[in-house]
Order: sequence, then C-alpha cells, then structure tokens
Amino acid sequence: MSILVTPTTKIIVQGITGSFGAKHTQLSLAYGTQIAAGVTPGKGGQTFDHAGKSVPVYDTVAQAAKESGATVSVIFVPPPFAADAIIEAVDADLNLVVCITEGIPVRDMVKVKRSMQGRKTRLIGPNCPGVVTPGEGKDSSGGCRIGISPGYIHKKGNIGVVSRSGTLTYEAVWQLTCRGVGQSTCVGIGGDPVNGTSHLDIIKLFEDDPDTHGIIMIGEIGGTSEEEAAEWIKRNCHKPVAGFIAGSTAPAGRRMGHAGAIVSGGRGTAAAKIAAFKDADIGISATPSEMADTLLKMM
Amino acid sequence: MNIHEYQAKQLLAQYGVAVPSGEVCETPEAARKTAEELFAKGEKLVIVKAQIHAGGRGKGTFKSGFKGGVKICLTVDEVFQNATGMLGNVLVTKQTGPDGRLVNKILVCSAADIKKELYCAVLLDRTTSTPVIMASTEGGMDIEEVAAKTPEKIIKLLIDPAVGMMPFHGRKLATALGLKGELIGEAAKLFLGLYKTWWECDASMVEINPLCVVTRNGKDAMLAVDAKISLDDNAMYRHPDIQAMRDLSEEAPLEIEASKHELNYIKLDGNIACLVNGAGLAMATMDIIKHFGGDPANFLDVGGGATRQQVTAAFKIILSDPNVEAILVNIFGGIMQCDIIATGIVDAVKVTQLNLPLVVRLEGNNSQLGKKILQESGLPIISGDSMADAAQKVVLELKKNK
Repeated sequence: MSILVTPTTKIIVQGITGSFGAKHTQLSLAYGTQIAAGVTPGKGGQTFDHAGKSVPVYDTVAQAAKESGATVSVIFVPPPFAADAIIEAVDADLNLVVCITEGIPVRDMVKVKRSMQGRKTRLIGPNCPGVVTPGEGKDSSGGCRIGISPGYIHKKGNIGVVSRSGTLTYEAVWQLTCRGVGQSTCVGIGGDPVNGTSHLDIIKLFEDDPDTHGIIMIGEIGGTSEEEAAEWIKRNCHKPVAGFIAGSTAPAGRRMGHAGAIVSGGRGTAAAKIAAFKDADIGISATPSEMADTLLKMM
Repeated sequence: MNIHEYQAKQLLAQYGVAVPSGEVCETPEAARKTAEELFAKGEKLVIVKAQIHAGGRGKGTFKSGFKGGVKICLTVDEVFQNATGMLGNVLVTKQTGPDGRLVNKILVCSAADIKKELYCAVLLDRTTSTPVIMASTEGGMDIEEVAAKTPEKIIKLLIDPAVGMMPFHGRKLATALGLKGELIGEAAKLFLGLYKTWWECDASMVEINPLCVVTRNGKDAMLAVDAKISLDDNAMYRHPDIQAMRDLSEEAPLEIEASKHELNYIKLDGNIACLVNGAGLAMATMDIIKHFGGDPANFLDVGGGATRQQVTAAFKIILSDPNVEAILVNIFGGIMQCDIIATGIVDAVKVTQLNLPLVVRLEGNNSQLGKKILQESGLPIISGDSMADAAQKVVLELKKNK
C-alpha cells in the first residue's frame, strides 16, 4: 500500500488549461496517473487531450467530482485565486486537495485553515511539489503523481519521504533509488508558514502504513513543525526515521526563499530542530548527501 | 517588506491608534519648521528620530562620529543641530552591521511624558495558524530577552480569524497589564486598532515597543511611542498604497537586481558563491559548504524553470560580490533539463570571462548530456558527482589558490 493516494486514485486538476497546470497534467498522464477531470471556470465542456487520453473540463469542482468520481484535486491556479480554489474543493467534500501554488498571502491561508475546521478534506501544501506514490512500471510509471515532482526519479518500495522542500525531496528520493531502494509515498508538505498538513500528520500515516518500513523526514528553519513531529516519534513511532534540517548557516531574520523559512525571535533555528531529532533518536544526516545512507544504516 | 517607523505610524493612525504628533523631514530646515510648530502648540520636548529599517538607533553612532540616532531636544536650535548631524550621514547600530545605513529622513515629533512602558505585538502563531496578540509589562526592553528569561511576563491571546478580535480581548489584555479605570477602555481600543492594522494591511508583524501610559492634559492616556510593521510580500499586490512605501535604498542593490530577474538572492559574508535550484537545496548547499570547512558567500535560488538568460544574470550577480573567490553550482534537474543549464553555464562563463574556480554538480534530467557539454566546452569547469563531492572540491580549490 501507500499513504494518501494509490495508483488507482482519480484526480481533478484545478487550473488544467493554464500553462503550468497543462504541462504537469501532461507529465502525470504520461506517468500513468488517473487524471479524471479538469476545472477551469468558463471552459466547461472542453477536453484536455494528451497522449491519446482525453480529460473532460468542467466549470466547477463539484461538477467535476460528481461526473468523474474523483476524490482528490491538485491546484495550479495563481496566488490571488488559490484560496478560493482550495475552499471550493473543500466545499465539494473531496478527500484530499494538493495545492502547488507558491505565493499565497498568509491571511488567505489563515482563512482557509479556519474554514476547513470540521470538514473531511485534507490539504497538502501550498507551495509544495505534491505527492507521489511510485508505480511498478519503467521509471516508476503507473503510479500516482500529483504535482510537479519528476516521476522517473522514484522507484516503488517501502520508504516514506516527507519534506518542506521540493528539491531536497528529489535529492532524498534519488539517493534511495540509486541505491536500489524504493519509496511507498513521497510527500512535499510545502514551504509556507501556514500549510494544510504537518510533518507529524504524515509521520502518523507512515507509522500506520504496513508497507512503509522506514522514514526520511526533511525539515528546514522556521516554525516548530519538526520539533512537534520529533516529540511524537520519540513516544510512538516504531519505524526507523532519518532526518536532515536545512538552514544551519542561514542568517536570522531573513526569509530563505520559502516564506516559512525564517528564524525569528530566536525561534525555529536549525540547532533546536537537530537537538529535537537527537532527543527522539532520529538518525541525523550531517549533510544532505547522506540522507538515504543514514536511514539505510538504521534498517 | 519592511517600512519605516513614520510610515508604520501613518498606517496605525488610520486605524485609530494614538501616535505622537510630528512630521517626517528630509532637510534640517524642514525639521526646524516642524519643531517650531510643535513648540508653538505647547510641547515642552521634541524628539528627532533617524528613519532606517533597523533597531538600536538610540545607541547607534554615525560614521561622522555624531552619536545617537534618537535625540530629545529642548529647543528649536537643538532640533536643527541634531537634524544636521543625522541627515545624509551613515548610522551604524548593532542591527545594521558595520556598513550602517544612510539616513535620508528623520521623524520630528512630540516627546511624551511617559509614566509606564509596555509592549504589544500582533503576529501569526504558526502552531495554530491563527493571529496572536502579545503584550508585556516589560516595555522598552529587548522582548526576545524577556521571552527567554521571564516568559511568564508575556501574555498571549489567540484570535479566532473567523470572528476577529473582540473588545473583550482588548480589555482582557489591558487588565492583565495592570491598567485601571478609563485606561482599560482606551487600551482596548488601541489593541483593536493594532489587530485591525495587522489584518487589513496584510502585515506579518505589528510591534509597539514601547507602548506607553503617558500624561496628557493632566490625564493618563495610551500612546504608541515607537512602531514597527513588516508586511507579507505575497499580499502586496492588493495594497498598492503600502507597496509605494517600499524604500529601495534600504535594500541591498544586488538583491534588488536579482529580484528583477526573478532570482532569489541573499548576500552573506563568505567567499564561496553558490547557484542552486530550489530554496531548500540552496540552503542545504550553503550548509554543506560550511560542513566541509568553507564559507558560503550567498543564498541563490534560480527556481524550478531557470532559463539560459537567468543563469547568466545569476553569474553576474554572484560575481558582483568582491568577496567571492570560488563558485559552486548545484542543480537537481527534476523537470528542468541539465543540458540547458549546462549551456547556460558555458555561456555565462564566456560572457563574464570567469577566472575563478568553478565546480558544477548536475543531477537528474539529461545530466550526462549536461556534463558532456561542460567537458567539451574546453573551459576549466570541475565536475562534482554528489553534493558532498562538489562541496569538498570547491573548498579544496580555494585552499590550492591560497
């Protein structure tokens, strides 16, 4: 198995006709992912055609979900419209919404989070690479690729990967694949200060997934998501966890690319996160080059 | 985005927060005029405050030798002299670094008769994803130190964003701060104004330190004596009026240049420049340089879809830093093609006539083709296999040259 999505999961793409959404829809279709419907308001009735597949486009998420039976959506709409798109997906009672969009105002996300309370939908992101459950085909094709990760770097297997950074996720996944070790599911939770799903939420899912045998957790400066996950792992996690924290050399008070990657008021330092990892017996990868090896030594 | 104290006070005043009366001035003559008006209104003391985006102004020193970026004055002449000492000069504080900041503007305002100094701030609580309003009786102090040494002296109230801040929240804070009588209502109104400023302006933080109880016309009153506001860059598209407050002279020229090319660059103090795709990988590249005994010169994220032009622009920017003695390029070509990046690197090396050691690590899409392009270019580009290998090689190159 895997967490969050399987190769048969049907997906809606919100913003399918934009250039970014279109490009990654094509890549997902080529990977073998079940893209069941697209949504672009005003373009309902059109189709999105690629590689012999034809994806119907709808005006609303509710229509797309009803007609296609999809339970998951991925969002590629520009920042000013992204909060609206997320809430529309929540309103349609989807199980999972993955928001790729970078640059959504914090206030919009505060409202989104509040409006999601008591609803069934889980949000991953925003400002994230998405979710991949690798498939059994060549270059892991036949899996479920939601978002912008390169599919071919994956390999089906038993390691779970969770990270706030896209390229560091790819780095970890590629290190595993090059050593012949596959992944159950890889989740980018995103680099924003307000996001839908935390490290801890994903770690809990990996702990409960019988096909995940080990976990790589990648964090970075800012916030306390890594510390919260470490605290839980210390008491409850039975699987080996290896981790890396980016930003030991980042100056305080500066945002390092990601809106959430900032040490402010002495909080959110790499040192504090590494100390929390050590305290929870999480294997520390001293450099980003050793993420896979650190975990494999523990298994 | 950060704004100046005088701009923060303008925004706060729009939301009903009491701030000292005064004007921002760009010349000593304008400062004199403002001071004359303030004294004519019956003010006994006038303050001159240098306007830069950094704290510690009062204890700062100008490069000219003039001491102090915040001065209390008894006379118009004193205001004029202090304005002359500050304007056009570079102020160095513990927050500016040794380069200091040029003072182009000063705030000339009334000095309050302060009875008590408090602290208040509104910001995002990341754990709950809700706004939090914080207050303390320890005003005028370094709040981080207060939080570390006496956390019980900081009061925090989480605000439900669906309802917003209610008047009782304000009263709760006011009484917790030990305020009595009419001041409770007045402070509550001020706290509501701070929250409204934070919410409606898309601020990251609104901080009043000190927030003061002052004597005005023989009565106690609340006054925001200092103010600091930072804003959410991602939301500025819907606030053209606030966006117009951006002061480019407060930002590093190379960082402004980088933003024009949609590159995310932050200058650091080391001598090994790095050029990376992805913010997390860029941070990790800085870390691994340090791990192997080097010193990173910058953070530079070229993003997920960098073009040849962007790579050339990125090289020009990192080479504009005179401290740079070697370069490490670290690309994980997930979606982007390594051969395109390699061509961009070859172009950039030629255009900039690079004569510093350059180590390139290409991984992912078309990485073999990319490595071949670098090899066949005839340029002295060193190839790194992993991040660790590349970082060790660049550190070694630097040692060889010493």
